[in-house]
Amino acid sequence: MAVDDRDIVFASTALPDGQMRLELSVPGIHCGGCISKIETTLADVTNVASARVNLSTRRLTVLFRDPDNPPAIGEVLTRIGFDAFLSGPTRTGEDKTYSKLLKSLAVAAFAAMNIMMLSVAIWAGAEPETRQLFHWVSAGIALPALIYSGRVFYSSAWKALKHGRTNMDVPISVGLLITYLMSLYDTATGGAHAYFDAATSLLFFLLIGKTLDHMMRQKAHSAIDGLEKLIPLAVDVLEEDGTTRHISTNSIEPGMKVLLAAGDHVPVDGTVESGRSEVDLSLVSGESHPVAISPGSEIVSGSLNLSGPVVLCASAPANGSYLADMIRLMERAEGSRSTFTRLADRVAALYAPVVHLTALAAFILWYALSGDVHNALTISVSVLIITCPCALALAVPMVQVTASRKLFESGILMKDGSALERLVEVDTVFFDKTGTLTFRKPALRESDIIEPDAMRTAAALARHSRHPYALAIAAAWQGSFTRCEPLDNVREIPGSGVEGVSGGHCFRLGRSDWATHGSQSASEGSEGPVLTKDSIVVASFKFEDKVRPEGSSVVSELRNSGLKLSVLSGDSEKKVSTLARALGVDEYRSQHVPDQKLKEVERAIEEGKKPLMVGDGINDAPALAASYVSIAPASATDVGRTAADLVLMKDDLRGILLLFAVARMARKLTFQNVGFALLYNIIAIPFAFLGFVTPLFAAVAMSTSSIIVVLNGLRLNTVKLADSERLMT
Amino acid sequence: MTASYLYLIPVSLVLGGAGLAAFFWCLRNRQYDDLQGAAERILMNDPNEQDAGSNDA
Repeated sequence: MAVDDRDIVFASTALPDGQMRLELSVPGIHCGGCISKIETTLADVTNVASARVNLSTRRLTVLFRDPDNPPAIGEVLTRIGFDAFLSGPTRTGEDKTYSKLLKSLAVAAFAAMNIMMLSVAIWAGAEPETRQLFHWVSAGIALPALIYSGRVFYSSAWKALKHGRTNMDVPISVGLLITYLMSLYDTATGGAHAYFDAATSLLFFLLIGKTLDHMMRQKAHSAIDGLEKLIPLAVDVLEEDGTTRHISTNSIEPGMKVLLAAGDHVPVDGTVESGRSEVDLSLVSGESHPVAISPGSEIVSGSLNLSGPVVLCASAPANGSYLADMIRLMERAEGSRSTFTRLADRVAALYAPVVHLTALAAFILWYALSGDVHNALTISVSVLIITCPCALALAVPMVQVTASRKLFESGILMKDGSALERLVEVDTVFFDKTGTLTFRKPALRESDIIEPDAMRTAAALARHSRHPYALAIAAAWQGSFTRCEPLDNVREIPGSGVEGVSGGHCFRLGRSDWATHGSQSASEGSEGPVLTKDSIVVASFKFEDKVRPEGSSVVSELRNSGLKLSVLSGDSEKKVSTLARALGVDEYRSQHVPDQKLKEVERAIEEGKKPLMVGDGINDAPALAASYVSIAPASATDVGRTAADLVLMKDDLRGILLLFAVARMARKLTFQNVGFALLYNIIAIPFAFLGFVTPLFAAVAMSTSSIIVVLNGLRLNTVKLADSERLMT
Repeated sequence: MTASYLYLIPVSLVLGGAGLAAFFWCLRNRQYDDLQGAAERILMNDPNEQDAGSNDA
């Protein structure tokens, strides 16, 4: 569903000059032609001040005048063939981080290159006076770079230290600052060695890693943000005097009467005041079949109104509704993940003390041996410089950036770099049923036992409705409609079914009590809809959950790799057990409310297991947030996508297998990288300890080790996939 | 002698600094916000020229 133009004002931000700014996500933009089509079309719309498309983020920014009379942007976009979604005000904080990183990178690059130019002259054998001058110039260039570009590392290191922890940025910051101060001291006292080049090029390399990492994550986030939101921004409410008013969802109060059209998501919890319809609860509770509602029924926010208009009496405000409760539950559940320490930081926790103690030992030993404070200090600082964990700090991010890009190409978004690290440790997998292992839409069962004539009439009637059952019946009929009598007077009765006249007979497809004119009540016949010819039942239809075609191969593959699988569902015992048996999953839990799903995951964590949760609904969100690592499939709601670490954008569960393959490869490469970086240090420290490290030695050794680590990380691109892991395109 | 070429150092720094300043200006001017879009926009007609283009076709 595209943008409701009456909601535009609620999604816009007012600018100081009286104009309104609106951000839209338009996933369909893909080329220059789309840009000019959208921009030129919108420029001619009344009240639009400007329209600007961003092709990289697939977003459209519109400035418009007159907030009381906003332009019909959604309608215009739909007319020229683009689906747009209101994305709300952009989170400018993220953009700021990006431009801050780019600026820091530019300053570091400038300083590193200029200093390196001077250093080459010194290494080539400059006169002492020239060398002295070049050292002073280098010191002058390095200072702003270290202050300006180094902030990124100092602030992160300071934050860690303040909380009594240590991360990779601590030894980096210490190394950078000590290198600079020592070099400055040596320059002032006329020493031959200064390490300004090492400090700035180190900074440059590290910032490249950080910037790439940030870019990948931002791309994943903007792709996730761009999709449809579950709760409408604004709704129509019915006033006492019978008029309707369009108000923001947040300002709904209990007791207000909310109008819901067919196809609308329910914005707040409430009871049905008038009207009959059916609601789709698949996202809310995991129940796959539509539930009929009539005056007095209670419905929860997030469910989808299917067939007819309904007036809802709100029983809670938006922030007190089911959906808001789920989001709160989800935020509370994010416990296990914060206790996870990234591999890089685990290494840093050991590395930093060892390095700092070695430097101290070098100082004490040389002072005891030679009695020369300056010499002892120089050697202990050169130990710190040579061990400054450049390669180590790049070892993990390089692999993650490469992995993230590789996954992005296969339509998998990684929101957190450490998700792959956690994924390889997983030993238990919880699957949601509806929408994850099965399609959310029901499929017709035993359609072959229905007489072809009846089936054809049913399909012809079903084509007139958007009800999930009708869609399933229409999809099940493969034949043509040409050789049957045309249907006339087709109309859909909300909450009941579709009727039409053909060859003098009245055909009805729908609930059995309605279709038979009450001669058969809904409870005595079949549960599903029936087709009647002049009130006589000619066919009845049964529906089942359709298992995803790749589901069983994915499940058996996962089970063969030694993982313990179980299904957690809110659906009925019968449906869940049938599915579990069909897929060969031993354990299953049915009729689980979100709280129980969360408890199930938390219990697994308490038992020391590392669970992976795969789920898409609102009811899965708390469990997704609580589990050690979580994956949301393509069908997920915005709540599910927010809660999960990894989002499959393609409607194919084999993405999970791909993820495991990439995660295993990434772990191997990370270990290799860390191992190499440590090996480099083991070789280099004795040289530094003995006082052999010159600036040239430091520059060459550090750059070489960094480049090797980067190249090794890029090897992830060559990961070979088995056929079962290859995705449909 | 070497000393007479020393003016090259400030020259190189000023040139480098100018490049850096240009980059900062681009960044502030939002020229890096949409790299893909910028590449496509080269091929688009200006709004004023579009009429003339369609007349020719």
